[in-house]
Amino acid sequence: MTTTTLIPPVGFSPPRSKGALVGRVADVWAMTRRNLVHISREPMQLSDVTLQPVLFTILFVYIFGGAIPIPGGGSYVDYLLAGMLALNLVTSTMGTAVGLSTDLHEGMIDRFRALPMWRSAVLVGRSMADLLTSCLCALIVGITGLAVGWRPGANYISIVGGFLLVLFFAYALTWIAACVGLNSKSPESAASFGFIVLFPMTFVSNALVPTAHMPGWMQAIANWNPVSAVVAGTRVLWGNPNPSGRIQVWPMQHPVWAALIWSVVLLAIFAPLAAHFFKRRTTE
Amino acid sequence: MKRYGSTQALCGVDFSVPAGTILGLLGPNGAGKTTAVRILTTLAVPDAGRGTVAGFDVVRQPGEVRRHIGVAAQDATLDPLLTGRQNLVLVGELSDMGRAAARARASELLAQFELTDAADRVLKGYSGGMRRRLDLAASMMTRPPVLFLDEPTTGLDPTSRSRVWDAIRDLLGDGVTVLLTTQYLDEADALAHRIVVVDHGRVIADGTPLELKEASRSAHLEVTLSEPNAGAVGAIAPLVAGKVHVLDDGRRLSAGVDASTGLATAVVRALDAAGVLVDNIEVRQPSLDDVFFSLTGGHIVEEVTDGEADADGVSRADGRASGADGSADGAAAGTYSGNGHKQAESMEGVRS
Repeated sequence: MTTTTLIPPVGFSPPRSKGALVGRVADVWAMTRRNLVHISREPMQLSDVTLQPVLFTILFVYIFGGAIPIPGGGSYVDYLLAGMLALNLVTSTMGTAVGLSTDLHEGMIDRFRALPMWRSAVLVGRSMADLLTSCLCALIVGITGLAVGWRPGANYISIVGGFLLVLFFAYALTWIAACVGLNSKSPESAASFGFIVLFPMTFVSNALVPTAHMPGWMQAIANWNPVSAVVAGTRVLWGNPNPSGRIQVWPMQHPVWAALIWSVVLLAIFAPLAAHFFKRRTTE
Repeated sequence: MKRYGSTQALCGVDFSVPAGTILGLLGPNGAGKTTAVRILTTLAVPDAGRGTVAGFDVVRQPGEVRRHIGVAAQDATLDPLLTGRQNLVLVGELSDMGRAAARARASELLAQFELTDAADRVLKGYSGGMRRRLDLAASMMTRPPVLFLDEPTTGLDPTSRSRVWDAIRDLLGDGVTVLLTTQYLDEADALAHRIVVVDHGRVIADGTPLELKEASRSAHLEVTLSEPNAGAVGAIAPLVAGKVHVLDDGRRLSAGVDASTGLATAVVRALDAAGVLVDNIEVRQPSLDDVFFSLTGGHIVEEVTDGEADADGVSRADGRASGADGSADGAAAGTYSGNGHKQAESMEGVRS
């Protein structure tokens, strides 16, 4: 039997507990700012959402652009930009996996756990900071696109909708990345998630080239790949060429709905799962 | 009680800390100190047993416990990429202090710990002593009534150490209750009102520093004879505990003694009666070190090496980065049967 008692002096009044929701929002905001400070300390961490989009857009447009005909006509840069946005946002979710894994391997997590805070704020604050950097990334992709000749053919609301569609999907993906980060042995192994899952996932899709030339089995994967739905949906919303619209599978016929459904389903599965993994990793 | 896998890290640790006092939890690496602290700070859930902090149950009311405690853990638990001030403000905000209050309190603590100059530097550039002081400051952000300081001076140079000691002494003026774990006897002696000695996950002694020294029977007798004398050993044997060791060609006799009141007189009389000439006689009172070594069987060194060897096994069991703590606990269990006998003896010694 272990009995241990510590008695406080009289007259102490602990900080008042705010309402549950207000307290949680405050905790998330504090954790979000902490992660943003991290980025400001190591700006090179941001290169995958700042330099990479610029480089990739220019390389793809000028190197592959002339060699890739778009079925049904249209310019490659108009075709490419939605895919470029998806490529950059999807691969940057790797940062969530690495960041969370780093958090768990530093002593700081013990201090958080001994504070009267909402524990999941560690997760949500991380995803919020990553969402903010994703917004920065989207802005850079858009500006770079405009500079190399991308021209959307839709009204402003629809264009913003296209950006939001990809951002929402990327946000849902950060929760898969969170699950990976929470289960990886080290930040380095968390990073491999990007190369093993995220890059292939983006390449085997309609993001960079039309899928018509792919072998049949790969076309099937590409057509049902959530990235294809997100990219096609964005092309539709932006009024850019969308050759996938001729493919007779449901997600390609209704890409916006497919993208939303994918995002909601991923979020509904992986956010609670991440909370579960986080609890398991921090319970002894 | 607490198990990590098959390793029993803690079994039967019983203590209470009265308000406004410092309790020193003393023990070698792997004794179970950190496990006890992790349970009381709600970081670990005990497999059996009960703990209350500030009147709240650590298992059933962890939120209330966290609201009333400050923790300065053994390994650095601050954000290396934030400045000292940002770290303190973050801790304050996450404790529901409100931003303005957190900022004001942070400035106050930075001044108190002489960190004002370094306040806006990133933690990476801090020395070990500065980090420890910032860690202490972070634990005091909300002015909690109960503080846990887990080996607050391990690895510090003497100057930093005495600064940390001063800071801890200052807390007493504020009526704070402190649980201090340490491997250093002088630290426990200097700071703690009461000391609980733990080893192998059990309490093996409990008392004020003075009581522990008195309770220990590890006083030591040394007699130097004018010339070797075969009768000397027989003369003092009834007065000592255990065997009399003969050193220096029979001129020096040495033995552990149970009680020391009037001992020197008795020894001199016995030797005189046996016709032995004595040059020098010394009865050395136990230092807290002697108490500690006699209680723990003096296996500190052995413990450390075992701890490293076991590190893998146990960090797997608890699956956490703080494997160092867990591993030390693993070593405790590993050597348990080997030291069981010794330990039983010393426990009797303290109780009787």
